[in-house]
Amino acid sequence: MIGNREFLYALAFLIVIGVLAVVGLPGNILNLFIFMMIIALAAQGWNLLGGYGGLSSFGHAAFFGTGAYTTAILQTNFGFNAWVGLVCGVAFGSIVGAVIGFLSFRAGLRGSYFALITLAFAEVLRVLANSWSVTGGAAGMLVRLQNGFTYLQFSDRRYFLLILIAFVAATLFLTRWLERSAFGAYLVALRENDQAAQALGVDVFRIKMQAITLSAGVTALAGCLYVQNFLFIDANVAYGSWISIEALFAAIVGGAGTIIGPLIGSVVLLGLGELTKSFAGGIAGIDLVVFGVILVLCVAFAPNGIRGFFSDLAHKRANRMDAA
Amino acid sequence: MLKAQNLTKRFFGLLAVDSASIDVEEGSITGLIGPNGAGKTTMFAMIAGFLSPNSGQVAFEGNDITGEKPHLRARRGLARTFQIVQPFAGLNVRDNIAVGAYLHTKDPREARSLASQTAERVGLGRELEKLASGLTIAGRKRLELARALATRPKLLLLDEVLAGLNPSEIRDVLPIIRSIRDEGVTILMIEHIMQAVMNLCDSVYVLSQGRMIASGEPRAVCNDPAVIEAYLGHGAAERIRSEGAADA
Repeated sequence: MIGNREFLYALAFLIVIGVLAVVGLPGNILNLFIFMMIIALAAQGWNLLGGYGGLSSFGHAAFFGTGAYTTAILQTNFGFNAWVGLVCGVAFGSIVGAVIGFLSFRAGLRGSYFALITLAFAEVLRVLANSWSVTGGAAGMLVRLQNGFTYLQFSDRRYFLLILIAFVAATLFLTRWLERSAFGAYLVALRENDQAAQALGVDVFRIKMQAITLSAGVTALAGCLYVQNFLFIDANVAYGSWISIEALFAAIVGGAGTIIGPLIGSVVLLGLGELTKSFAGGIAGIDLVVFGVILVLCVAFAPNGIRGFFSDLAHKRANRMDAA
Repeated sequence: MLKAQNLTKRFFGLLAVDSASIDVEEGSITGLIGPNGAGKTTMFAMIAGFLSPNSGQVAFEGNDITGEKPHLRARRGLARTFQIVQPFAGLNVRDNIAVGAYLHTKDPREARSLASQTAERVGLGRELEKLASGLTIAGRKRLELARALATRPKLLLLDEVLAGLNPSEIRDVLPIIRSIRDEGVTILMIEHIMQAVMNLCDSVYVLSQGRMIASGEPRAVCNDPAVIEAYLGHGAAERIRSEGAADA
């Protein structure tokens, strides 16, 4: 089974990073890996809805930001510990997902209309967070530095990376379950043809609702962990379009609707971005130029993402072998 | 088993179906024929729940299902195929059929094995791993049939499953349809190919310009002057009869 091999590659990759981290990595590489894992999580969340369900959202910032703010507020204003914050963040993120899903799927939105409405919701949340006192308004919020497992902050950042790796691995398992379950089959079916899916007894609305709730939860988790790492959040970081774009970009470049795609995408994108910055650090925004080039290359040569590109190559080679 | 009464569907100014009724007996194969644009597919869409009628009622096994969504009708045992085939193009044949099979089992293994069996039955057994987008038109029609069958329907609505097939392919599919009926599935089919209609159907309804103009046993319906005129134009029945008389 192809899905299984891919899943094992992904796990093996995570284990390698984990081992490297434990053995010892320079601080800046460690930070890069931490950021990669956070983006990978956000992208895996996006992938559940956009990749498998074909419902491309441009507003996953809505979930990311809700997760981030929930954790930050619960910790700073109410003194909850980070794990409780995390669970609540995921729960609130899912609720926001369900509400947005309910409103847009009730109206039957899909394709570019769905993308635009999600973008609009994220922007509304950004404006609200920017002016509401509870979220610190435009000044943003600082999360107090408290090292310890219950605070999810560590003086040795390797532990944080290991926890992130564990979460990414957990979402890999989640995605693999999805690929094999009736729910996943229904989700893919409605992506491919929702009329036909309905004719076969698929409750399209319900499946979409479940998918967006799950997807939002995973992306909210990324937001919660982001806050624990950077200890600062404001409206433009939490609800800004950068994270929506990063999440969908990583998933699409890596291979949307696949287990390993979002992970490949985030590693390749952030890795290349970092490389260019270190070679041409003086030029502001050079990494964004590289992103753009990668996107163009992907659209032209690998419409199914990097993973799709390699599996197509493998197919072609197999066909040549058959022919010879 | 299925009773559609006085269904009417209006698309803005166009009256697509005008107070048409149909009654499908349990265990039968019922045909729905009519010239192009008569409203057959619209009638089907109302029966399967994809369009809601402006007036009239649909009852299935005695329950009024007029306002019910398509997926709920599918759960009641009402499955349809599409005239314009609607495969899940990016999935292989087995996974396509498995989507139908998940209606009665949530276990992926069971669904997949049921899908393989169903594929075997409609003659797709050797193409399980093939992408649906790579199938020929005949293959896709079979796939439509297999997917609908995998939901274990009580009533199967077939919308021109034979259209676009060549004569030898049609000869292959006819016995499959008959065997489905023999296993206790009631069938309502839209069909243009009269050879198939005469061959399979126990009774036939004729729709023309949205109105049900005739119904009954296939042979009788074919000789009905109103039906002949609907297909061949005004005065055709008269002409055929007089030519027949001259020949005799």
